[in-house]
Amino acid sequence: MNSAVVVFPGSNCDRDMAEAIRIASGKAPQMVWHRESELPSGLDFIAIPGGFSYGDYLRCGAMAAQSPVMRSVKSAAERGVPVLGVCNGFQILTEAGLLPGALMRNAGINFICRDVALKVENSQSIFTSRYDNGAEIVIPVAHHDGNYQADEATLDRLEGEGRVAFRYVEECNGSARNIAGILNEGGNVLGMMPHPERMVEEAHGRSDGRRLFEGLLDAVSTTNGHSRMAVS
Amino acid sequence: MKVSVYVTLKNGVLDPQGKAIHHALEGLGFRGVNDVRVGKLIELDVDEAVAQAEIEEMCRKLLANMVIENFRIERQGQTTGHPAGQPA
Repeated sequence: MNSAVVVFPGSNCDRDMAEAIRIASGKAPQMVWHRESELPSGLDFIAIPGGFSYGDYLRCGAMAAQSPVMRSVKSAAERGVPVLGVCNGFQILTEAGLLPGALMRNAGINFICRDVALKVENSQSIFTSRYDNGAEIVIPVAHHDGNYQADEATLDRLEGEGRVAFRYVEECNGSARNIAGILNEGGNVLGMMPHPERMVEEAHGRSDGRRLFEGLLDAVSTTNGHSRMAVS
Repeated sequence: MKVSVYVTLKNGVLDPQGKAIHHALEGLGFRGVNDVRVGKLIELDVDEAVAQAEIEEMCRKLLANMVIENFRIERQGQTTGHPAGQPA
């Protein structure tokens, strides 16, 4: 799987993301600095990592969404290339207009850093195919602005179209309908506040996040016409 | 020319910061504060030639997030804006 991790000034989960991709796919991603106007060619997957890009100036993800590299990420997403945004990456994808809604300050004001239980609401997506529908998994969150909000019509549409990928099992940060992660209309862009890249090997305590990357690898392998065995 | 852009949360959008400040004011003993909402003031120094429409575009594209925020532009004493900005 040819993948890239976009790095912004202030990204701090870029190397964890790269390591998770390497562990799951056997191939390290290319790290792409935000000033690049072109992404490497032939990418199967793009990850927008967590962190505090541009020091969260103006709004979380607002400045990063305007970086040169994001124009290429947008056009890749429109071509159907899978894009995963985690935490600040999710904020950047909403600010860039690749996902609907906005991520606001946590309802309880506090920065939340702990493991949370998530329900897999849609196991049919390219990111969630290795999970059972309705399964409960545990993935850590670490954010100050993860309170997902959108107007009621948008929320209804997300629910109706199966675009809520993950939901917090218990109220976490004030998010509308406890939404933790959503898909775009095409199903190839996923934004989520919890960090799957921090739960990929037994040393992390659990490896629930690893299946997300493995599922993606399955999808990419199928698209590229290889069998799963040939890749793994 | 000085242009002030006021960015505020839309009505109905929960403002946890405003709530915390409200509690703090009450803690300090101030009575009669019914609500607190936190916004931003962004001051621009622009050429006279910059059209109003362009400043509005700056607001829509970057300065405000139209999903949750409204903006109001004050330019040389005039006030214009989109208090009822359309949700994206």
